[in-house]
Amino acid sequence: MSAAPLRVLIVDDEAPARARLNEVLADCAPEIPLEVVGEAATARAALELLAATGADVILLDIRMPEMDGIELAQHLQKLQQPPAVIFTTAYDAYAIRAFEVHAIDYLLKPIRSSRLAEALKRVGSVRAPSIEALRDMSKDSPAFLSAQERGRIHLIPVEDVIYLKAELKYVTVRTQSREYLIEDALARLEQEYPDRFVRVHRNCLIARAAVRGFERNNVEGEAQWLVLLDGCEEKIAVSRRQQHIVRELGRP
Amino acid sequence: MRGYGAELRDASDRTRVSIINQNAYTSALPNFRNLGILLRILLIVNVCAIAAAIVKAPALKLAWSQLLDISALVQPLLFIALLALVALNDFLRRLPYALGVAAVLGLVVGLDALLAAVMGGTSAAAATSFERTAALTLLTAGMLLAYFDLRGRALSPALAEARLQALQARIRPHFLYNSINAVLSLIRQEPRRAEVALEDLADLFRVVMSDNRELAPISREVELCRQYLDLEQLRLGERLRVEWRIDKMPHDALVPPLLLQPLLENAVYHGIEPRVEPGEISIDIYASRNQVHAVLRNPYSMEGTHHSGNKMALNNIRERLQLHFDAEATLETRIRDNTYQVHIVIPYVKATEA
Repeated sequence: MSAAPLRVLIVDDEAPARARLNEVLADCAPEIPLEVVGEAATARAALELLAATGADVILLDIRMPEMDGIELAQHLQKLQQPPAVIFTTAYDAYAIRAFEVHAIDYLLKPIRSSRLAEALKRVGSVRAPSIEALRDMSKDSPAFLSAQERGRIHLIPVEDVIYLKAELKYVTVRTQSREYLIEDALARLEQEYPDRFVRVHRNCLIARAAVRGFERNNVEGEAQWLVLLDGCEEKIAVSRRQQHIVRELGRP
Repeated sequence: MRGYGAELRDASDRTRVSIINQNAYTSALPNFRNLGILLRILLIVNVCAIAAAIVKAPALKLAWSQLLDISALVQPLLFIALLALVALNDFLRRLPYALGVAAVLGLVVGLDALLAAVMGGTSAAAATSFERTAALTLLTAGMLLAYFDLRGRALSPALAEARLQALQARIRPHFLYNSINAVLSLIRQEPRRAEVALEDLADLFRVVMSDNRELAPISREVELCRQYLDLEQLRLGERLRVEWRIDKMPHDALVPPLLLQPLLENAVYHGIEPRVEPGEISIDIYASRNQVHAVLRNPYSMEGTHHSGNKMALNNIRERLQLHFDAEATLETRIRDNTYQVHIVIPYVKATEA
């Protein structure tokens, strides 16, 4: 570890839990130089703080409203230099078993300063949990996709997505307001959200809920179906192989 | 003999409970004021009548007219006998069991004779066959009493008690550790609040870990729920809003201990914790006619719910209600307008009656 103090971010939805962590961190400070750079009550707030201040390590509660700690940790992995993550939990037999399996660091609340100090000392020497391991641990599919832009992570609610289009190395995510590029695979997204998205083309998934209708088009004498989508002007071509979805999804 | 529900309702039966603990079973007449008992009597007598009609009829098609004839004899007696048993319930059950059985049998035969005398003028059949109907009445009544005795033994308090014990409400470990963590956070800055919180926690666990087989006043349950919600408030702050509407609560009503607390725990876990915005839990308790109603509401959100835990608590409470009150208590849940509601109805058993 460098001589610079360890920069710590606290994320927990309960104020007393954050207060307690602050105290225990203060107890560790004589042993390990550290500095609390911020506290966040939600995963969103944590991402904003992280973009604004940066942090070496994030103490992350698992059970939080809107987005739990495990999903937040997945999005954090998109950063070039993700902070080290130490999960905290009061009791979650399921998560704890998974942590053991994947050798991911976690602390049980109430947290002792000696245990916290040990965990902080290991920061930097342990490998970050893989995104696959974290995905494996989630009971539900993440409610957000995330895109990394200039060191910031943008969260895209999955329910806002109109279509997903595979480009060379990336997937373009289209929402009503704008487009994002994410590093992911179309096949994986199709598998993760089978009820929400449907494949209309080798390189495109559309949101079932956004389908407004279909349109017949003639390209070089060959007939083709186009999907009309709510919230976006663009029409998406349906490939020959996927034509059955025209019948399944709508009234042409 | 009587149902175990009645057993627990009478707190004066403490001695009986200790006898039960030694695994002895004392026969007693059923509680004729219990709806479940009355329904069982009605059902069994009518099934017997149908069987008799089928036996008597030369062909199955003709059983219906036979049944009408039999009903003309059976139904008036059945209803009058039930009314008499409801009215004399307390007196009959105070008698020693053998005397009680004799009194019940004497009562039904007496009523039979009375009916025969009243109807004798109009119906010749009723008058001539009094001996037969009296014998049948005695047999049916005897059989019913034997059935209730057997049922009482099957549901023998020792067994029901073992089930009750196994059903004792449990608190989520999640709540315990989070609460301890919250108290720890107060110790340095606000030691007084920490003291109160620890006292609440101690009270809560005293009840959770104690013997909860006997009914307790609802006011005590409400007090416990307040202490529980205070602890949750400590953690959740303004995210948790609580609205009590208990002006019309009958303070002396008896309920199974930890009837409401596990439901509030569910409400916090599934209704408040998954939300970023504040949410309200409301509790209405009131008496209506001879029943006590408790209605709990909390915000409901589709996402992030682990229903298995919720079901477990609900089934636990349902089963305990059944053991205490048989068919007289109900627990219903419903979801409407993003609100999850639990509605409990139990018979109004007053503490002073015990």
